[in-house]
Amino acid sequence: MSHFPVLSLLILLPLVGTAFILTIRGDAEAVARNTRSVALWTSLIEFVVSLYLWINFDPATASFQFVERREWMPGLGISYHLGVDGISMMFVLLTTLLTPVCVLASWESITQRVREYMVAFLVMESLMIGMFAALDIVVFYVFFEGVLIPMFLIIGVWGGPRRVYAAFKFFLYTLLGSVLMLLAILAMYFDAGTADMQTLMAHGFPVQMQSWLWLAFFASFAVKVPMWPVHTWLPDAHVEAPTAGSVILAGVLLKFGGYGFLRFSLPMFPDATVAFAPLIFALSIVAVIYTSFVALAQDDMKKLIAYSSVAHMGFVTAGTFSLTVQGIEGAIYQMLSHGIVSAALFLIVGVVYDRMHSREIETYGGLVHRMPVYAFVFMLFMLASVGMPGTSGFVGEFLVLLGTFQVNTWVSMLAATGVILGACYMLYLYRRVIFGKLTKSELADIADLSPREMAVFAPLVVLVVVMGVYPPPFLEVMHTSVANLIDQVTQAKLASMPLSMAGR
Amino acid sequence: MFATCVFLPLVGAIIAGAFAFARPADEHQHHRIDQAAQWVTCGAMLLSALLAIVIFIDVVIGQNPGTTRLFTWFDSGSLEVAWELKFDSLTGVMVLVVTTVSAMIHIYSVGYMHHDPGIPRFMAYLSVFTFFMLMLVTAGNLVQLFFGWEGVGLASYLLIGFWYDRPSANAAAIKAFVVNRVGDFGFALGIFAVYMLFQTVDYDTIFAAAEGKSQATLHVFGTDFHALTVICLLLFVGAMGKSAQIGLHTWLPDAMEGPTPVSALIHAATMVTAGVFMVARLSPLFEYSDTALAVVTVVGATTAFFAATVGCVQNDIKRVIAYSTCSQLGYMFFACGVSAYSAGIFHLTTHAFFKALLFLGAGSVIHAMSNEQDMRRMGGIWRLIPVTYVLMWIGSLAGAGIPPFAGHYSKDIILEAAYAAGTGIAGYAFSLGIMTAFLTAFYSTRLIFMTFHGAPRADAKVMDHVHESPWIMLGPLMPLAAGAVLAGLIAYDAFVGDSAPQFWGDAIFVLPSHPALEHAHHVPLAVQLAPLVMGLAGIVLAYVFYMAKPEWPNELARRFHGLYLFLLNKWYFDELYDRLFVRPAFALGRHLWKTGDGTLIDGLGPDGIATTTLRLARRAAALQSGYLYHYAFAMLIGVVAFVTWYLILRA
Repeated sequence: MSHFPVLSLLILLPLVGTAFILTIRGDAEAVARNTRSVALWTSLIEFVVSLYLWINFDPATASFQFVERREWMPGLGISYHLGVDGISMMFVLLTTLLTPVCVLASWESITQRVREYMVAFLVMESLMIGMFAALDIVVFYVFFEGVLIPMFLIIGVWGGPRRVYAAFKFFLYTLLGSVLMLLAILAMYFDAGTADMQTLMAHGFPVQMQSWLWLAFFASFAVKVPMWPVHTWLPDAHVEAPTAGSVILAGVLLKFGGYGFLRFSLPMFPDATVAFAPLIFALSIVAVIYTSFVALAQDDMKKLIAYSSVAHMGFVTAGTFSLTVQGIEGAIYQMLSHGIVSAALFLIVGVVYDRMHSREIETYGGLVHRMPVYAFVFMLFMLASVGMPGTSGFVGEFLVLLGTFQVNTWVSMLAATGVILGACYMLYLYRRVIFGKLTKSELADIADLSPREMAVFAPLVVLVVVMGVYPPPFLEVMHTSVANLIDQVTQAKLASMPLSMAGR
Repeated sequence: MFATCVFLPLVGAIIAGAFAFARPADEHQHHRIDQAAQWVTCGAMLLSALLAIVIFIDVVIGQNPGTTRLFTWFDSGSLEVAWELKFDSLTGVMVLVVTTVSAMIHIYSVGYMHHDPGIPRFMAYLSVFTFFMLMLVTAGNLVQLFFGWEGVGLASYLLIGFWYDRPSANAAAIKAFVVNRVGDFGFALGIFAVYMLFQTVDYDTIFAAAEGKSQATLHVFGTDFHALTVICLLLFVGAMGKSAQIGLHTWLPDAMEGPTPVSALIHAATMVTAGVFMVARLSPLFEYSDTALAVVTVVGATTAFFAATVGCVQNDIKRVIAYSTCSQLGYMFFACGVSAYSAGIFHLTTHAFFKALLFLGAGSVIHAMSNEQDMRRMGGIWRLIPVTYVLMWIGSLAGAGIPPFAGHYSKDIILEAAYAAGTGIAGYAFSLGIMTAFLTAFYSTRLIFMTFHGAPRADAKVMDHVHESPWIMLGPLMPLAAGAVLAGLIAYDAFVGDSAPQFWGDAIFVLPSHPALEHAHHVPLAVQLAPLVMGLAGIVLAYVFYMAKPEWPNELARRFHGLYLFLLNKWYFDELYDRLFVRPAFALGRHLWKTGDGTLIDGLGPDGIATTTLRLARRAAALQSGYLYHYAFAMLIGVVAFVTWYLILRA
């Protein structure tokens, strides 16, 4: 156990940055400039601090590390309890990596209410880290729901023409699921008498109750992932959100669902998990195939990538509920990879959107003539998105499909068709935007990536290749935790077996 | 040394690729950058080829196989995948073929592409293609094989779409990638099944355990199947995609959209041979599944015949050669199907030389004819480009199986093995193979006659410009021509002759109950002579049709118009796929989006609830009229209702 409260520091740092930003005075121009610098430096320092987690992480143990615990409401058994294990640690790093990227990506494109914008991002970073690090279910719920507010504002204030519709759709969809989850949390609390997540994992809820709890949590997580058929908020939210909003939304927020399944559904409701796995499989397959076809028919770049996100997250849910080592590790890896790749793809759309103010594929064509570096970066992330070996996208998808195949060959096979369809819609997109003759006069002097934009992409480019060629540093940290998780599920299942038999 | 040989092309590709982003200030600088890229890639490739020779001598001739483990790729649970370079006889042969042919193509490209504005990019693509192919053949496990497998698919996508201004090139590139993906889909499932059965993806472990699992069953897709059959069939789907076997062949002829050196690289040394290599590499698995071998045989033989028939009527010079590749790959597959893997690899080797020669020769012709590819607008140029003419004859005769050219030896041994195998399926392969030998000779010589002989059919301006290619292009053809002439003679004994068992070592595994190759040396004289006779007959027929009686082909095409169209349109595969897959996919996508997401999910879900809520709210708001007597009246009704209810309940 570490005595240095690094997780609290990580949650607090962005808020300190926020406080700084709020004290900035002067004319609008100076405020905007200083705000950007403060936000960037805060998020960069935050990232460096978060590396402390990775460096000092002990991959040999499955128990939570960097644990902090302060009594909050002792009478009610609720405490401020933080810690990370091999499942959550990398998500914290994903968050701290993407936030500076977002700040830098918004450097020039956001000119209105810069201060409020950066505050929203920093607060959101703090909340997201809190969500991944929470070990008390009440603390978790506060962070989990809290994230909704800054995201709602980012879409609703800095978004496109239909931003209000999109923001409300996003908010109501997610809130609906969350209300059910809150009920489930109350039920769990009254059954177990504690809000401590580690205790809850070991509690062993009655089989009958598990089904209801599982479904309530499922309602919330399925919306977040998002799973078919509750995915329709995502394309709208992405299309209307500013670029950096899409980046965080796709990069981190979508992982809440996948993470939630791993943190709650699997260890706390193992029987229900096994019972409902076929449902998840079915929805995952539909998500993969259905949204891939829909992506093929899109005319809007952001919408296309949004739909591809749904398809990719379908792999995550299928892998998670395969309950095999490869399936779960693949799912986590896929989430990390998708966090980087989809973030990069939205940034790529953002680059041309900043120049042309259009997301329509029709607007573009032949960009390679003017933007070779852009074309190269786009190519790399397109390949990662279609799961080309040697990029991060391959490892996750491969492990998920391999794991799923051991459990159910049909699921694996049908999900694997997504790999073919993915190639179709991504290559088709790339061809329409990048290749061909540059005939449109408005594109005649479009500029290639600026140094700032290259700085935005550089870390993502490096990561996507490193994660594709040498994944062990990323996989190593999760081995023990995932093995432990699978143990929890199988043991709980074994323990409750006679009971459920007797029940019949 | 292994690593250097494999990674040199990658280093060359990265350096040349970096040059591609340079923004030269003037023409002179532009030229300097191009030259630098050419020197780097050609130098790296030649060095790699030299190392390959050294490795070949050490590993294959010196019988010194070895594996270099680089580092772990990824691991999860009991799955462990490493980056490793495995060199044995099979790999040694492949690496030698790949690097030498690729090096020649690199040098040739310097001449062929010298007008092109994208030279560094082109050279980088060629090198990266070679790198992926080398990773593919030196893989020590199935996942690295898959890496190379997808990698060559990517490289072919880049190269076919090299001229990205052309819509047809882009379409062909996407087609190549997607069709290959369909194959890769099967391949990936095959790997999963292997892992399910063996709990590893490592070749050595799998091969050692294969015999023990030869009777095992695997529960997949709802039924118990013979495990190795399922595995081999799934993996073979991948091989069919990559090696353009019937059904998944449609991308290969379209791949002509790339520059000609690319076609040579795809067709001769890299990519398409990967499927054959894979089946040979996995011979320890395929040997235990007669069903899988039978499928390989049938698919191979059918493809050989189908592609040859189509090749006979095409008019684009590169398209004829493309279908020829497809057909020759069919030969290689049915060789593997009758357990004559080494004969398949033998044909792969000879084919690499003569096919590269044919393509680069065709490139030389196209170069001379001011980028004309249609043979109907060629003719009468053999005196003007004599060196190319001779080289094309060598390539064609080698392909037609005329002794002493290389193709003769390798094709004969395949047909003899098919005959000697003695099963019904092998008989099917043998008879189609013999017919294909006739067709092969026919279309090969037809190509020569149409291109070089007869009256000139190009316009005067083009004819004035016809010139022999520079030596930077002809030079690399010489070693290839030497290979096309001599490779068969030299390698026969080692590959399929008496020294074969010693030559291949443990690299290829054949069960004693599959002695086709041994028996191939003792087939009746008629069988031995049949391919040659058929080949000569094909040449004679081509001579009659295109030299002696040039009006006959048109007459035939008119009389058998249906059949002619059927062949000309390549058995209508493209049209069929377009109707079956492409158009429905887009229609379905639009439908799911508009109806599924729009009308159903949003209509019943969020938007529906929102409008319902609004409507209810409006109704509720309408009740609040503000008139006291409305409220009093409502209250009265309420009281009456309650009283009535109470009374009824009491009664």
